[in-house]
Amino acid sequence: MKPRTRRLLNFWSLFTGPALWWGTVLLVPYLMMLAISFYTRQFPFHVPDFQFGNYVTLIADSQYFTVLLRSLWIALAVSVTTFCLSYPLAYFLAFKVRSNRLRLFLYTAAIVPLWVSYLLRAYTWKTILGSEGILNSFLMWIGIISEPSTIFLYNQGAMVVTMAYIFTPFMVMPIYASLEKIPRSLIEASKDLGAPRFTTFRKITLPLSMPGVLAGFTFTFGLSIGDFISPILVGGPYSNMIANVVATQFGMAMNWPLGSALGVVLLVIVLGIITASDKLERIGRINLG
Amino acid sequence: MATVTLHDAGTRKKPIDAGTTGLGVAALCVLAFLYTPIATLIVFSFNSNSITRLPLEDFTFDWYTRALGNPDLMTAVWNSVFVGVSAVMICLAIGIPTALALDRHDFPGKTVFRRLVILPITLPGLITGVSMLTFFRSVGVDLSIWTVIIGHGTALTAIVVTNVFARLQRFDRRIEEASADLGARPWQTFRHVTLPNIRSAIIGSSLISFTLSFDEIPVTFFLTGRDNTLPMYIWSVIRRGITPEINAVGTIIVIVSITLILISVFMMHRENDRAGPVRPAR
Repeated sequence: MKPRTRRLLNFWSLFTGPALWWGTVLLVPYLMMLAISFYTRQFPFHVPDFQFGNYVTLIADSQYFTVLLRSLWIALAVSVTTFCLSYPLAYFLAFKVRSNRLRLFLYTAAIVPLWVSYLLRAYTWKTILGSEGILNSFLMWIGIISEPSTIFLYNQGAMVVTMAYIFTPFMVMPIYASLEKIPRSLIEASKDLGAPRFTTFRKITLPLSMPGVLAGFTFTFGLSIGDFISPILVGGPYSNMIANVVATQFGMAMNWPLGSALGVVLLVIVLGIITASDKLERIGRINLG
Repeated sequence: MATVTLHDAGTRKKPIDAGTTGLGVAALCVLAFLYTPIATLIVFSFNSNSITRLPLEDFTFDWYTRALGNPDLMTAVWNSVFVGVSAVMICLAIGIPTALALDRHDFPGKTVFRRLVILPITLPGLITGVSMLTFFRSVGVDLSIWTVIIGHGTALTAIVVTNVFARLQRFDRRIEEASADLGARPWQTFRHVTLPNIRSAIIGSSLISFTLSFDEIPVTFFLTGRDNTLPMYIWSVIRRGITPEINAVGTIIVIVSITLILISVFMMHRENDRAGPVRPAR
């Protein structure tokens, strides 16, 4: 056997199974969703077609457009909140904890919640913020309020808190990784040249940790814009996100073409964010030399 | 100013100032924020209060006995274990050859293929869920526990692929060549040389995949038939109302999943430490 033939044979004996699998259960379904997003809905199901009506509906019908804007806004709010929580923690771990063991322990402690059931983490916030919940009963117990308040649960604030809580580890990990990579000599050089601490932070540490921040934003934004569990559990009446509408269209509403179109929009948003942060990171890298 | 700094650099010990203290307090607050809900879950699973509120009442194991005696819940647990184990089998059967192919062969469309494979962990799970629902419905497959297994297998294989691929990239291929030169057949080389080197990556990523499958909602939500997995069961219960039974189940899940993850992290770390001496000297 010629080496080339043997190599090909090797390759296909390895790859036939996976290729068939990935093709059937991954590529075909994704393409189907794309195709159905151009179909026309016809009771009780839909008919093959090629038209942009579903996409037009998403923009023209204010009901869907509001959901789209709200999802972007909530995802942004969650990312910013998560960032504000994660940066100080990551910074403290990377620069202020002197013992390696303690640092590893604290870092692990920050990541471990990631592995605690997603659903349960969302659900505990319901028990904490609810009108018969822990926060209310605590405030009543110590006498700050006399009647249970309903302002904590079933609003966008509760949704942002819950999601920020769930996704914080995704922000801590990349920020910590990028802070740890910063050469300490750069920071010392800046100090030696007489720069005040905040200037050193603003000119050296922050810019050099941007790749981690970008990665963290990408993770949290993508995860929160695709979430449909937290909105249902803690979001209340005005909290429908893109993912909720997709779920409804594939469930009770039985409008797959519209659901698919919305799915494609969601896919484009997430892939767009990933590509954009990739580009930004590359530009940053060149500027820093 | 500069001289002062030089002096400071000379003495190793820096005094702890207000800024550092503030930062430390902030960091502790964030950690407290991360653990309050988990602590709540655990504390109230042992509390006789049937509504999760303060002040605490008596200590009890009641919710645990009730949870373990609830047939629907136990069925859901076993369904989840079955789904998790089967999904991990798929992940390994597909993931390992995929990683090997990506590591060792160049083929047209490789970059696109690589992107496609990690899409399920890059995109929101819901997109994978609805597109697979579309697919199964279009080819006339009824939704059942099997569609859930295929869904999990597809969504989680990327974890095995990325982990095993990363390990293969660091693996010195010359050991395999040596094995072949010494007359080993390809499968012997794979069995005795390649496999031991990627074993811990396989075990680690299997544990992670299992944990994720055990907790999976967005894909399951669209592909499930009549047999509920544990998260779907919990989901149906907590939408109706809050019961401390869920806290008890939650506490068990927390302990089991943290144990599994710590084991998998430990496995991967240990192998990374050992990777050094295995490499032949130049």
